[in-house]
Amino acid sequence: MPTRLRESALMRPLATWDAAVIAATAAFLIIAAASVEHFGTARNFGYIVLDLAPILLLALAMTLIVTTGEIDLSVASTVGLTSAAMGVMWNAGIPLETIMPAAVLLGAALGAVNGLFTAGFGLPSLAVTIGTLALYRGLSYVLLGDTAVADWPRDFTSWTLGTIGESPIPNVLIPLAALAAVFGLVLHATPVGRSVYAAGASPVAAAYAGVPVRRLKFWLYVVSGSMAGLTGVFWTLRYSSARADNAFGLELTVVAVVLLGGVSIFGGKGALPGVLAAVVLLTALQNALRLAHVSTEALTVVTGSLLIVAVLAPNLAASARRTLRARRRRTA
Amino acid sequence: MTALGERPAATARTGSTALDLVLRFRALGLVLALAALVAATTAVNARFLSAQSLRDLLFAAAITVLLATGMTVVVLTRGIDLSVGSVLGLSAYLTGSLLSSVGVPVPLAILTGLAVGAACGTVNGAIVHFGRVPPLVATLGTLYVFRGVVYFVAGGSRINASDLPGAFLDFGSGTVLGVPYLFALAVAVLAVVAVFLSRYRSGRDLYALGSNPEAARLSGIPAGRRLMGAYVTCGALAGLGGVLYAARFGTVDASAGYGLELDIVAAVVVGGVAIFGGSGTVVGAGLGALLLAVINNALPVLSVSQFWQQAIVGALILAAIALDRLVGARTARALRRKAAADAD
Repeated sequence: MPTRLRESALMRPLATWDAAVIAATAAFLIIAAASVEHFGTARNFGYIVLDLAPILLLALAMTLIVTTGEIDLSVASTVGLTSAAMGVMWNAGIPLETIMPAAVLLGAALGAVNGLFTAGFGLPSLAVTIGTLALYRGLSYVLLGDTAVADWPRDFTSWTLGTIGESPIPNVLIPLAALAAVFGLVLHATPVGRSVYAAGASPVAAAYAGVPVRRLKFWLYVVSGSMAGLTGVFWTLRYSSARADNAFGLELTVVAVVLLGGVSIFGGKGALPGVLAAVVLLTALQNALRLAHVSTEALTVVTGSLLIVAVLAPNLAASARRTLRARRRRTA
Repeated sequence: MTALGERPAATARTGSTALDLVLRFRALGLVLALAALVAATTAVNARFLSAQSLRDLLFAAAITVLLATGMTVVVLTRGIDLSVGSVLGLSAYLTGSLLSSVGVPVPLAILTGLAVGAACGTVNGAIVHFGRVPPLVATLGTLYVFRGVVYFVAGGSRINASDLPGAFLDFGSGTVLGVPYLFALAVAVLAVVAVFLSRYRSGRDLYALGSNPEAARLSGIPAGRRLMGAYVTCGALAGLGGVLYAARFGTVDASAGYGLELDIVAAVVVGGVAIFGGSGTVVGAGLGALLLAVINNALPVLSVSQFWQQAIVGALILAAIALDRLVGARTARALRRKAAADAD
């Protein structure tokens, strides 16, 4: 029972942050639908889902990794490299049914390299994944140079862009929702999820409690790489184009979304619903600004500020609470 | 009293010689790698060592050496500044437009660039120190924000070489004894920062903050002032880098310096500055920047596709941090053995 008590005490400030992000997202969607022309249409809903898909796929695994106190900055480069590799395989005449699982496997292997250097050799993940960010992006240029492979079969590309029957629901929404549900269940309702939090809150204590911290982190990098491989498949088919610079710079958006969703960069704290809301908020905001003909440059400022505020606000609130408590104690 | 005062100084010196050896070994390794690369490339094509080609190399290295110097100061404190590329862009555009529209004299333009950079650095430092936001997150955010400001100011327009005063462009392309002014300036700044970091108390404080922030604070080091100083220095040097960028290329648009932060972090890490602070020198970082520039210029000579460049940078980063871990583990073991021997 005491553990339950402590847990809920730990989760309370998070719940409020989560709720705030979800409420802000809902409020924004309603306001945008009412005030921005074409925002609330079924067709625009489809665009938003397609735009948020890569960010969501990468953010799911990134949430787990950041919760263990690590980071993976190489995800966007992994997307680029798997996409470039798909292009090379397609040019070699390999059928797409073989290429797609091969791309996910390649992503898993690239993630395993990250896992080996960080969890295996104990090197700082920030430095390692900055290194693989450059390495994987560089290798995708080695594979494809500045050419593009664009002759993807119409069946696959139109399925990716299509909707279910006559309904406005995009085909990709179903696998996206299923993956989000799986990640949510694993993080919040299984022993693996508890060990993710434990490893992030205190790696030493977690190790003494029997959590195989290094093995856990290694496999999380493999999962992150696989998700990036899957994103590579999606990206290639969605834009009908395998290019070395696919998803360039997307890692920053993914990290921004995860932190905005309330996951602590120090690890041990965070929840998936907040991250999901942050993904929707950022994509919808981008979409609404574009529809309202506001320059996308304004969005970079908004993204950057949101990222800082997401971490700054709880810190300031905590220090304000501390001062208040100290003052109350003095008066009492 | 004097004897008491001297003893800790003596132990400190023995401690630092062991560290010095490791660091010197690292610098030596970098110099050897540079020499080997230059020798191999020259063997393929003797023109690689021609005065013209060397000058091109130094032009290319000047800005990275300068920014790597600033980045080192921040990384030593366990920080990182990802916003340097955006700061460079902002400063390059603002100084460029001041020079072209108002026609201010060149020294004033340089001061403006420094001031713009210092202002950006102050914002970073304040968010990190007062807001207690991790440096990675804070400067990732300001990377976006500062770049957004450049786009806001510049819009789609760009500054062309024809708009800039001749004296400014001469400063960008001129050489003294075959060495570009820009590179000489970068090396001068590096030398000043090197002396400051190794000889001055406030410089040593940065190492202390990086090795053990808690102990540094308890021993009375003004952490806030030092951190602010480090970020302002890094920002100011990125701002100066912007001025050099405008002087060298003549054309500046809103995307100047885009993605540069990665090269700078790579140079610093390859140069042996520990990403988690407390260890490394600006000389190492400068050599790292030089090595990356040499690789860049050697690839076409060795008829390796330019597309390999980024992959090599990535592999170098991984190799550098793995090497640091190996050396670090060995030094720690040696120190432990020595401590055990001393205790006996």
